[in-house]
Amino acid sequence: MSPAIVRYTRTSIALHWLTALLVIVTFPLGVYMHGLALSPFKLQLVSYHKWVGVTIFLLTVARLTWRIGHAPPPLPDSIPVWQQRAAQGLHHILYALLLVIPVSGWLMSSAKGVPVVYLGLVQLPDLVGKDKALGDMLEEVHKVLNFGLLALVGMHVAAALKHHFLDKDTTLLRMLPFGKRDGS
Amino acid sequence: MSPVLYFLPWFLLLASSAHALEFNEVQAGKSTITFAYKQMNVPMEGKFTRFSARIAFDPERSNAAQARIEVDLASIDTGFSESDDEVAGKLWFNAKAFPAAQFVSYGVRVLGGNRYEALGKFSIKGKSMDVSAPFTFRQEGAVAVFDGSFTLKRLDYAIGEGIWSDLATVANEVQVKFHIVAASSPAKK
Repeated sequence: MSPAIVRYTRTSIALHWLTALLVIVTFPLGVYMHGLALSPFKLQLVSYHKWVGVTIFLLTVARLTWRIGHAPPPLPDSIPVWQQRAAQGLHHILYALLLVIPVSGWLMSSAKGVPVVYLGLVQLPDLVGKDKALGDMLEEVHKVLNFGLLALVGMHVAAALKHHFLDKDTTLLRMLPFGKRDGS
Repeated sequence: MSPVLYFLPWFLLLASSAHALEFNEVQAGKSTITFAYKQMNVPMEGKFTRFSARIAFDPERSNAAQARIEVDLASIDTGFSESDDEVAGKLWFNAKAFPAAQFVSYGVRVLGGNRYEALGKFSIKGKSMDVSAPFTFRQEGAVAVFDGSFTLKRLDYAIGEGIWSDLATVANEVQVKFHIVAASSPAKK
């Protein structure tokens, strides 16, 4: 590798992969628990799912705050400008979804009359009152947003792999947690 | 105005205050029986939509007060139809075999001010225990409002057996709250 790779900061890399891990865990958890018959196990899973969602929201706020002072490293020059713009747009939508999806779950919980108590310790306020019709509507919104996220994460991953294995550029290396850092 | 007509209303007023009102006509539509519990440490609430209550309460003679409340357990409304079905089932209320919960008072203690405590037997799922339910009495125009609660431990009555006996998921303590509105009727001879 001739040119030094300018990577994301260690903080950005850690927050990115932690968020990725939590999304990978809690998405199928949400689908799985939804199909379960009522049991203590289901009630536990639903609580864990909510806790992970709140954690993703908090991590995303932390990432965006960190990003203000730490601009992402530039993409390789070999990538056409329109693709760079598209990548940026996709990242912004992903950030938005990582904030909006937990909020939709929070509102759904309130509307269904089961407030969110983060880690079983901190009760989030109910921004909407108990309302079955609203709860069912928000459940649909939560679901649609999540399948939207799934599609966009698919594009995000496909693009990263395409750059790494087909274009053989440094796009993915900028975000990998291992490998040598340049002097910066 | 004749003296008789003049004094009659005063006489009636005195007579009625000497015989304080007894509140004994429960207004079911305005009364509620609700419950609160914790599930994964999340505060939850629900209610029973069918119950019958017979009470007789005269604040001047509270030691003679009586209450009998019967709750149709199948009328539970947890907010989730799946939970309602589960709770009516064998592991919880077993409502087919034990359709009703009952509270029958055997005494009222005066706590001071407008506060009292109803002492009685609470029966559910074939088990009966003594409970005491603090309540307040408030007169609003022609009706009396009784607000009170008591906390039971569900496992004392085998409510939520088997997999549900795990108290880390659904807590043992269940607070039962009652809001009873009753009008007074003429004293029975």
